[in-house]
Formats: sequence, C-alpha cells, structure tokens
Amino acid sequence: MAAEKMALAKAINESLRRALDSDPKVLIMGEDVGKLGGVFRVTDGLQKDFGEDRVIDTPLAESGIVGTAIGLALRGYRPVVEIQFDGFVFPAYDQIVTQLAKMHARSLGKVKMPIVIRIPYGGGIGAVEHHSESPEALFAHVAGLKVVSPSNSADAYWMMQQAIQSDDPVIYFEPKRRYWDKAEVNREAIPGPLHTARVVREGGDLTLAAYGPMVKLCQEVADAAAEEGRSLEVVDLRSISPVDFDTIQASVEKTRRLVVVHEAPVFLGSGAEIAARITERCFYHLEAPVLRVGGYHAPYPPARLEEEYLPDLDRVLDAVDRSLAY
Amino acid sequence: MTESTAARKPRRSAGSKAAGTTGTKAETTGKRTARTTRTTRTAAQKGSETELVQLLTPEGERVEPAKNSPYAEYASFVADITPDELRGLYRDMVLTRRFDAEATALQRQGELGLWASLLGQEAAQIGSGRATREDDYVFPTYREHGVAWCRGVDPTNLLGMFRGVNNGGWDPNGNNFHLYTIVIGSQALHATGYAMGITKDGADSAVIAYFGDGASSQGDVSEAFNFAAVYNAPVVFFCQNNQWAISESNEKQTRVPLYQRAQGFGFPGVRVDGNDALACLAVTRWALERARRGEGPALIEAYTYRMGAHTTSDDPSRYRHDDERAAWEAKDPILRLRRFLEAANHADEGFFGELEAESEALGKRVREVVRAMPDPDRFAIFENVYADGHALVDEERAQFAAYQASFAEAEGV
Ligand SMILES: Cc1ncc(C[n+]2csc(CCOP(=O)(O)OP(=O)(O)O)c2C)c(N)n1
Repeated sequence: MAAEKMALAKAINESLRRALDSDPKVLIMGEDVGKLGGVFRVTDGLQKDFGEDRVIDTPLAESGIVGTAIGLALRGYRPVVEIQFDGFVFPAYDQIVTQLAKMHARSLGKVKMPIVIRIPYGGGIGAVEHHSESPEALFAHVAGLKVVSPSNSADAYWMMQQAIQSDDPVIYFEPKRRYWDKAEVNREAIPGPLHTARVVREGGDLTLAAYGPMVKLCQEVADAAAEEGRSLEVVDLRSISPVDFDTIQASVEKTRRLVVVHEAPVFLGSGAEIAARITERCFYHLEAPVLRVGGYHAPYPPARLEEEYLPDLDRVLDAVDRSLAY
Repeated sequence: MTESTAARKPRRSAGSKAAGTTGTKAETTGKRTARTTRTTRTAAQKGSETELVQLLTPEGERVEPAKNSPYAEYASFVADITPDELRGLYRDMVLTRRFDAEATALQRQGELGLWASLLGQEAAQIGSGRATREDDYVFPTYREHGVAWCRGVDPTNLLGMFRGVNNGGWDPNGNNFHLYTIVIGSQALHATGYAMGITKDGADSAVIAYFGDGASSQGDVSEAFNFAAVYNAPVVFFCQNNQWAISESNEKQTRVPLYQRAQGFGFPGVRVDGNDALACLAVTRWALERARRGEGPALIEAYTYRMGAHTTSDDPSRYRHDDERAAWEAKDPILRLRRFLEAANHADEGFFGELEAESEALGKRVREVVRAMPDPDRFAIFENVYADGHALVDEERAQFAAYQASFAEAEGV
C-alpha cells in the first residue's frame, strides 16, 4: 500500500493529517478551515478528528491570523495557516514581511519561526477578482522567507511535511487549478530535500523551467514539441526561494537553451531572476538568450479573458521556436 | 461615565454600584474617598466622563476609594503593599529615568543613532511591569525601557539597536521580554497569539502587550482585541496614552476614550492615572490576575504624558506648547511617590542618598558599556537570516568573502 493515487488537494490534506498526528505542536489556522474544511476542502475532516483546539477557525483577519501565528510560534507551536486565496494575503503582508521574515535574525538566532503559510494561487479556474493571482515573487524577494510550490500530489504531500518540519517560515503556494489532478503518492518514499529542483522529463534541445501549475503545461508542451521532432527537457523548480540553480545550470549546459514559464507577470518575476543568474552561469553555453513566458503587466483579467493572459501551449511553443531560431 | 462602562467593573466588586460616580474634588483633610479625576483635554474625550483610577495624588497623598466605588476593587490589589515594595517602585523609576537620561545624552554625543525617551512614563511602565510574574510574557513597543528593567533585562542590551549594532539583540525567552517592535501595533497580535498558546498549554501565566495611543488606530491592534476576545486569551493590553503620536494628538486617533474601545470587543477597559505607579500596579495586577484565572483579556489605558520629544529626532516645539508640559510636570510620577514616601516616613535621607549614588553608578556603567560596544562582524549580515540555511545566502556570503579578501590581496597581506 506504499503508493496510492490521490488528488493534489487530498495529498495536502493527508500530509496535514500526518503532521497533526505526529506532532502535538502543529496547529492549523485560517478562515473556514474547520467545519467547512476550507473553501477547497484541503483541511476537510481535520477539525472533526483533531478538535477545534488544533484546527482553528479564525476571525476574518489575515494580519491577525499571521500575527497570532507568530505569537504561537514564540510559544513553541508550529502553526500552518491558510490564506483563503492569493489576493487576500496582502492584509497579512506586513506581518509576513516585517515580522515573520525577520524574527530569527533580529533575535540573533534565538527565536525560530516554524510557520507555514498556505496560499492557493494562480488562475485557470474562472474565478472573480483577487482569486487567480501569482504573487510569489513578492515573497521570494524577502530574505527570511522560503517559498515553494508543488506541482503534483507526491510533492504536495512531501513538501508539506518538510515545510512543517522546517524551522524557517515557508510560504507554500498551492496550484489551485491542479488541486483535482490525481497522481501517485508514496507515503514511505524518502523524498529529496525541499529546495531541490527535479528534471521531470529529459530532453536535449531546450530546457523548460517551471513550477507549480505550469509544470504540467510544460510537460504538454514537451509532448507537442516531440511530435515536431524536438526533444525538450522539463525542470520542475519546486522551490522558488531558494532556487536550485545548479539543477537548472546542469540542464542548460546540456541543452544550451532555456525558457522559463510562470503565470505571474514576467516583469521582475522569478523568471527574470533565473534568466539573469543562468546567463551569468552559462554564458558560454547558451545558444540563445533565456526567454520568459508569463503574465502581462496588467491586473489579472476577468475570467473570460484569462486564457489570453495565462501562458498556454502555443505561447510556450512560440517561445521554444524563437529560442531554437537563434 | 455611562452605564456602558459597566463591562469594566471589577469582577469581585459584587454589590458595588455600576461604574457611574463622577469625580469628587480632592479633599484637603481627612481620609480621601473615591478620588477620580476628570479630564476634558481633547475633543475625543468631550461628552464622556473620563475618569482615572488614582491612588496617589500629584501631591503624594494616598487616596482610598470608598468601599462602594468601582475603584475599590483595584485598590484592594495594593492594600497591603509594604514600605519596602513602595521604595522598590521608587527606586525602579529613579534608575529607569537615570538610564533614559544617559541614553539621551549618549545620543547627543553621537554614541547612539536614535533614542526614544520614556521620560514621564516611568510610573506606567514600572507600575505595570512590577505587576508581571516571572512566567508572564511581555511584548513591548520601542519605548518600554522601564518594563524591560522590571523584567531583569540588562538595560545596555536595549541600546544595541539604537546604536545600530543589531536589530534587537536579546534573547526574548531569557526574561520573557520580546524584542522591541518598531512597526506600530504588530506586537499586539504576537502577544495575543502567545496568550492563545498559554491557554493551549493549560498554563496559568499571562501576557501583557504594550502600545501607544497612536497604535490604537492600527488595524493590528483591533484585530488583536478581537482575537483575544474570541479566544478568551490571557492577554492584557496596556496602552500608554502619552497624548501624542509624534505630532498627532489623541484627536487624530480616536473619537472615543481609548479604554472604552474594549467594551465593543467584549472585555473590560479601564483608564488609570499613568503617572501614579501605585494605581498602575494595582490595575495591572487586577487585569493580569483575572487573565490568569481564565477570565480573558482586559484593556488598560494609562493616561500619561511623554515629557520629552518623541525621539531624539523629533522637535515637539513645532506642535505643542511648553505650558502643556509644565502642567504635566506638576504631575511627575517620581516626585509624587517621593512625596508620599517622605510624608509616610517610609524612606529617609539615607535611602535617597544611596539611590542617588546607585543612579550615578548605573549611568557610568551604561556609558562605558555603550562606548565599548563593538561594531558587529561584517559577516553578521548573513547570519541568522534562516534557521535552516539558504543557498542564495551561502552564495552571496561566499561572494562577499571573496570581495573582502580581494582587499587583503591588494594590500599584499
Ligand atoms: C506602521 C508604522 N507607521 C508609522 C511608523 C512611524 N512612527 C514611529 S512611532 C510613531 C508614533 C507612535 O505613536 P504612539 O503609538 O502613540 O506611541 P508613542 O511613540 O507615543 O509611545 C510613528 C508614526 C511606524 N513605526 N510604524
């Protein structure tokens, strides 16, 4: 029974359950996480089994959720807080950036902040305003925070275990449009470190680097490109801060071309950082400039336009063509 | 005061009238009764009776609230205070003021980049700080030097961040005294979360969160009030209303007396004379004890005055008049306790003389320690950014090291 097929949301649920079970200091906090099980049911059934004291329905106050989680962490707890949607993290942004991220340094290492902030993020589900954004770069820019995003059920399960065990604050971005995708989860497999990237598909002509919801798209792109006789390598970054540049570099030294794909706006996004660093590291290996595919510098559009805004198969394939044309 | 303030009526004062007595004029002879002081300073307070719990008048006379007064309950918390304890409060205030003056001087001499003086707020801080128990936890803002003193934090530890050698620098768990918080109001939530943890642990300690009148406008403070009420967290919110938030007066922060806010959140609020150490001690003991008993949060508004500038960078002459300060100087917290100690024969010249010498020694030590404080190692930039490490920090530390080493090479070292 080692491996089991489950949806990504279920994998997170199972992972939270395991954490609650194995460590009495782990708490779940957020809006609607209790009886309802979260608006995406990620915490479904946890309050029933662990009680209102461990799985805490909070007032509707994001700063309050993160701020009190900081106090609980100071008291020795390991809170896992849920922000209901990406666009609602900003009332808590102050607490995350000015308090949570810096507490360890300010105490000269005496205080640890083992807090996980879960944020369902990204578009593609036809939602209203503030329910489809990808603010990961805003967090990755802040020293003291770690930022990760799983792309599949197995990673979702294991990365959550590792995030909870980490003594650093981890912003755990959940690709909400992949919540219902099923994949095998092996609860016994010993995973690699939380902040390593992984080559999920080998290829020789070009590297596609992505994380979270875009990994699946990039795999589809690689399938499509294969029909045209092109062999693309796909790297799942898994961690947005720190970025495992070594894995990307190794791939680029082999393929000599890199396209970074994410949903967030391209301008000053994590793709920009990756392009800059890989250019520094691989200047003599590159046959083409590192290209980026992502959102526009515009507010996330209404649902009827999100397919125009989000990277899709053709936009990524176009970038692949442009890179290969150099 | 309106009927609505009944929420702050002390729990054990069953049978007493609902809070509703108006201030009585101080009597000059005989035992005083139910001394409460009315203030009508700002628009925010007009139209509402704003009474202070006061146990020591500015002249240093002890007042006992009448038995049926809503304040009798608070007074009962210091009813059997000993002369020794009273001298202790006085000593704390004198030494804290001396430390503060030394820090201000050190800033003037260029040894500190900035200093936030507590001058005038000694009673609020020492009275409340001395009410805390060792296992209680304190969340200060950036001016709580007197509370730090009560917690046993070496005052020189407080100077590191003002000198610029660190951003905090002490172990919060060493004395259950959290790091100073610069972002206004943030710590009210940390305090509340910590208090929620105490409840979860089944412990019987309490938390006290300090903040200013300006901070009362911040969302975090309101969120903290609400979380504390909803989870019945053992946290005491201690607002030092020193009348100013840099240049902004109470009128710019609130339309209602601050202590009355508590009622809307569902817990008691009380306004205490913040220049009366005894009253601050009494009211804070009351609030902490009920929190420890599981009766939830309370808000204390210590009505006081910041006698100095907001910080050494501030120029109060641009926004307030000297006569305002003069009026508050007449209510000086230290002087009033000294008058009482002298009148009651609780302290003699020997005590005051020794304290004077102790003050000077403290000033000297602070001066010496600050001047000897080394700049941090340059690699401290990269220390403790993460508990578990971070590849980018490692990479940049290595680059930094190579860059530093290049100078040594250039110099042929
Ligand atoms: C969020 C935030 N906004 C602005 C400031 C700048 N600032 C520092 S102290 C202060 C006034 C605070 O007044 P109050 O809360 O009454 O406390 P006091 O300094 O009077 O003790 C301001 C505006 C800050 N530190 N944090």
